[in-house]
Amino acid sequence: MDLAQGGPATALGVPSIDVAAVLPLLIVFTAGAVGVLLEAVLPRNQRWPAQVALSLTSVVGAGVALAVYVTGDFESTTTFRAEEASSGALAVDTPALFLWGTLLVLGLLALLLIADRSVEPGGAFVSKAALRGGAAGGTDTLTKEQTFTGMQTEVFPLTLFALGGMMTFCAANDLLTMFIALEVLSLPLYLMCGLARRRRLISQEAAVKYFLLGAFASAFFLYGLGLLYGYAGSVKLADIAVAAQGTDRSDTLLFAGLGLLAIGLLFKGSVGPFHTWTPDVYQGAPTPVTAFMAACTKVAAFGGLLRVLTVSFESTSWEWRSVLSVVAVVSMAIGAILGLTQRDVKRMIAYSSIAHAGFLVVGAMALTEDGLSATLFYLLAYGFTTLAAFGVVSLVRDSSGEATDLSAWAGLAKRSPLVAATFTVLLLALAGIPLTSGFVGKFAVFEAALSDGMAPLVVIALVASAIAAFYYLRVVVLMYFSEPAPDGPAVTVPGVFTTTAIAVGTIATLVLGIVPTFALDWASAGGFVF
Amino acid sequence: MPDTATAASGLGTYLPLVLLLLLSFGFAVFSVTIAPLVGPKRYNRQKLQPYECGIEPSPQPVAGGGRIPVKFYLTGMLFILFDIEMVFLYPYAVAADAVGMFGFIAVTIFIVAITIPYVYEWARGGLEWD
Amino acid sequence: MIETSWLLIAFPAFGALVLLAGGRRTDAWGHWLGCATVIASFVYGLILFLSSDGSTQDTTVFSWIPVSDLQVEFGLRIDALSLAFVLLITGVGSLIHIYATGYMADDPGRRRFFGYFNLFVAAMLILVLGNGFVTLYLGWEGVGLASYLLIGWYQNKPAAATAAKKAFVMNRVGDVGLALAIFLMWSHIGSTQYSEVFAGIGQVDQNVVLAIGLLLLLGACGKSGQFPLQAWLPDAMEGPTPVSALIHAATMVTAGVYLVARSSPIYNANPDAQLAVALVGAFTLLLGAIIGCAYDDIKKVLAYSTVSQIGYMMLAVGLGPFGYALGIMHLLTHGFFKAGLFLGAGSVSHGMHGELDIRRMGGLWRKMPITFVTFGLGYLALIGFPFTAGYFSKDAIIAAAFGQEGWRGWVFGGAALLGAGITAFYMTRLVLMTFFGKARWQELKTADGKEYHPHESPPVMTVPMILLAVGSVGAGAFLALGDTLAEWLTPSVGALQESHGGVIGHSLVPFLVVGISAVGVLLAWLFVGRKDVPVERPQQVSAVVRAARADLYGNALNEALFARPGIWLSRALVFVDNRGVDGLVNGLAALLGGSSGRLRRLQTGFVRSYALTMLIGGFALVGALLMVRFG
Repeated sequence: MDLAQGGPATALGVPSIDVAAVLPLLIVFTAGAVGVLLEAVLPRNQRWPAQVALSLTSVVGAGVALAVYVTGDFESTTTFRAEEASSGALAVDTPALFLWGTLLVLGLLALLLIADRSVEPGGAFVSKAALRGGAAGGTDTLTKEQTFTGMQTEVFPLTLFALGGMMTFCAANDLLTMFIALEVLSLPLYLMCGLARRRRLISQEAAVKYFLLGAFASAFFLYGLGLLYGYAGSVKLADIAVAAQGTDRSDTLLFAGLGLLAIGLLFKGSVGPFHTWTPDVYQGAPTPVTAFMAACTKVAAFGGLLRVLTVSFESTSWEWRSVLSVVAVVSMAIGAILGLTQRDVKRMIAYSSIAHAGFLVVGAMALTEDGLSATLFYLLAYGFTTLAAFGVVSLVRDSSGEATDLSAWAGLAKRSPLVAATFTVLLLALAGIPLTSGFVGKFAVFEAALSDGMAPLVVIALVASAIAAFYYLRVVVLMYFSEPAPDGPAVTVPGVFTTTAIAVGTIATLVLGIVPTFALDWASAGGFVF
Repeated sequence: MPDTATAASGLGTYLPLVLLLLLSFGFAVFSVTIAPLVGPKRYNRQKLQPYECGIEPSPQPVAGGGRIPVKFYLTGMLFILFDIEMVFLYPYAVAADAVGMFGFIAVTIFIVAITIPYVYEWARGGLEWD
Repeated sequence: MIETSWLLIAFPAFGALVLLAGGRRTDAWGHWLGCATVIASFVYGLILFLSSDGSTQDTTVFSWIPVSDLQVEFGLRIDALSLAFVLLITGVGSLIHIYATGYMADDPGRRRFFGYFNLFVAAMLILVLGNGFVTLYLGWEGVGLASYLLIGWYQNKPAAATAAKKAFVMNRVGDVGLALAIFLMWSHIGSTQYSEVFAGIGQVDQNVVLAIGLLLLLGACGKSGQFPLQAWLPDAMEGPTPVSALIHAATMVTAGVYLVARSSPIYNANPDAQLAVALVGAFTLLLGAIIGCAYDDIKKVLAYSTVSQIGYMMLAVGLGPFGYALGIMHLLTHGFFKAGLFLGAGSVSHGMHGELDIRRMGGLWRKMPITFVTFGLGYLALIGFPFTAGYFSKDAIIAAAFGQEGWRGWVFGGAALLGAGITAFYMTRLVLMTFFGKARWQELKTADGKEYHPHESPPVMTVPMILLAVGSVGAGAFLALGDTLAEWLTPSVGALQESHGGVIGHSLVPFLVVGISAVGVLLAWLFVGRKDVPVERPQQVSAVVRAARADLYGNALNEALFARPGIWLSRALVFVDNRGVDGLVNGLAALLGGSSGRLRRLQTGFVRSYALTMLIGGFALVGALLMVRFG
């Protein structure tokens, strides 16, 4: 903000950019831009293979760049710094690198789900975005255009942009960068929600709802940003922390700003009571996109929340912790109890994600090393599990597309033991049964919260997870102990893409449950820099 | 956070702005009042149309019984997008010497980033009316 | 030896993996693999047992959850207590596995059944072998899962699904208690490994110790069917009989007793927690015994008998150093005779076309001599007939209870003694109605209209029953005479203390027990033995019998305590989520716009009510933050 006072005569300081550190980001964004060009120049039938190749290669490439950087002799640093003395716009520290790795792996799996064309002939995405649903609210008969086996391949660059935005979001070291990243990650997601091939109306409705509410939340975030700037005279996270320690200013701006800022972040993480969009959008969006949102958006949102709380607001934690505790309790209660009444698998997992968001808030509030590493691990573990779960959801289909009504899942174990067994493992992980990653994650998060003096919250969290376990198990019972309906859905044999995504997600769920040591070590490698 | 004294003296810097505001307001009032007085008055069919030149909008606006096609909005939005983005070039032009090579590279990247969606828009028929 | 002790768990885990992942290819030989893995574990456990002196040996398999301060390792502890359990689980487990190859012969899912069964054995071994509370918790959840899968085995019976669900929910209540206890240990002691927790418990505040003790007790109550979480256990009998025998009689349901015995240093450190354990045990043993008198379903009677017998064990371990070894001894002998009784019940039902109602039986001893004899021996052991297993183990508990000072001696001793009398009553009633009297089945048809043809079971079923019957008779003397077991267990739970004094002397107790048991047997004979038993259940009965038939209102209690509030809460939240906010929006709109047309249009637009929720939440959040700061 000091730049403007310079005047044309003074040479502006050239920001230092550590290209090696931000290479993964650059790769993802560049690939997104190239993807847009490919859309423009390639004929329709060549777009899908080109886009798939480009997006998968770029995400893997970004992963390799990240791995090279991490295995090298790196130090946690900030980059894009305008002056040597101050901190830069992006913080490339160990939590950010861990989150980048998490996002890239989960993003890769989500891309595999998105790219699949074997489960739904032509892919889960509409062939032409302007197609409207039938008049009767998303009837399932497909028009001629809808049965066209092509698909709207813009979804690939959109995914890459969203992924890049999420990665930037996790590393943003000032609120302005964070806001830009928030928009970069949100706008593609709004579009992607409306691209479902079947049930067009509900998909488009989901997109509009998500967009409107997302804009609302962004406005909160921006307002909070403004108030905090008014308080601290800077948008840098570190400067806000410094200002908060000096006590001669009125704290009204600080706390009002924090509250408004938190709303924007909690909205993205679908934490109750800012969760209202979650069930509708998860249900309406194409299932691969839901998987991407559920796994990656949550990682990004909580990555950002962790950074803001730890870097800027550690000194005032006494004041806000009790309030955020209530938020966590509300979220856990809503997720655990309302999940009981759901009849739709996707909505059920949506409520489950709200409950998990509550657990994550508990971890994020413990501003200790344990809390940080536990929350990071939880995000990684939860991402794999929920992604694979949505992958399985996309396989259970009847003539009208995905059969997401729970009654259709009755007796699934008889039709397809493998799919039922996979889904059982994933549900057990969501419920937090030992030997799955869900248990280790919950355990670590609760321990961290407890050792930071949040015992009552841990008790509530345990009760909530016990309640939530009931509806996961209800699905298991349904799959194993019920007679299949005569006209029930069939389980599609997935192609190699979906199979890979589900298999990797499930295996990771088990491996992280049995030998989580390596991942926990990575997660606890270091703290935030600023 | 400037204190009261500097804030008071700082008001002086806004004087040109106030003058400009008064000037433009005066000019607008002057133009509107003088035109009917000095201009020729020859009414014909063209004069009664919403726009005095160019193509006639079709179908007619709401008052004329029709709706404005969504294409108008689409084109309008595209115009605003590219127009606004290009405005960002203005500050660079003013400060080009100060920001040096770094600024040049940054603006080049910016222009490339603007060009890509433009190419996309063009190639996919976004600029065609039908 | 100790380094390879993980093999104990690996055998059945491998079996479960092969059977569950192998699919139909393993149908032909799967059940034999299931038996072989458990037998292998038993043999290996026996070798470990013979080479061990009972001292405590910990071994770390790998570091499981290391988060800076929190180090949870996956380790095993081989000591006297865990070895005793290993032998019980794999020994009785082997016999029941073999029995199940015959019992489940006609079930198309037999291979999967053995997969779950092996899974259960593996999880149970993790539970008892773990060297820390987190490892124990792992096994705890594992056995819960296997039990849940097996209770719901008969998928077409809605009752089975309901029972499975009930078992799951009530176990979760207990699990929350256990989890909380573990977290408390970690936050106050800094570790969850047994060695460090037990070493550090002395420095912890007494209130915390009490809290840990009570929370552990809650966990134990959930798993062991103790008051107030007892109602799931009898319903769990919906599972196949081998499941009832292994999981819901001999092993899993005794995990609560194991937990208390294993945590003996914690309970020794806080007498109040110990007293709570004893009170729960004493109350439950009476409760189970009274309800057991009212049922006509052979497995339900045995189930309530299990509840009651575990009450004895809890009472014993609640007596502290006076009772740990006695509780474990009763647990072991009970494992034999109750497993034998269940297998006998299964054999009866197998021969009676799946019939379980003892009012429809009678006179079966001629038709099923082996079953009758083995069942009879189990019965004698359970009622404590002199020199059978139950005589040694149960009498010792009653004597120890009377050995307490003051009111405790009278309350605990009295309850245990009264329980013994009632036990004799309901078990005699069960045996008389099943094996003696008129053969009522001759005039009856099965549910699908066929004649009953009671017949003896095949050898693959009767041989395990015979072996268990031998155990029922002999195990008590083997374990009790010369204090064999008590001395063996000393390194784990401390030396068994003999009380001096107490309210009734040791030498008097056996006579009292035998006397009151004889009264029970006599009463049972008077009620059911000497007259004909009506096939239909009499409805004109006293209030006491009605209460007993209603499980002494255990279900109603659970309903009021857990289910109702949950339902209300859920309904309220759904209401708020769907109606409350929308209603508020619509109401506001109607108020402002005053037009019904607008109201109708608004009902389709949920986005604004979502946004309103966010807005209200936002106001609350910011307002609360400012209030905390300035309020």
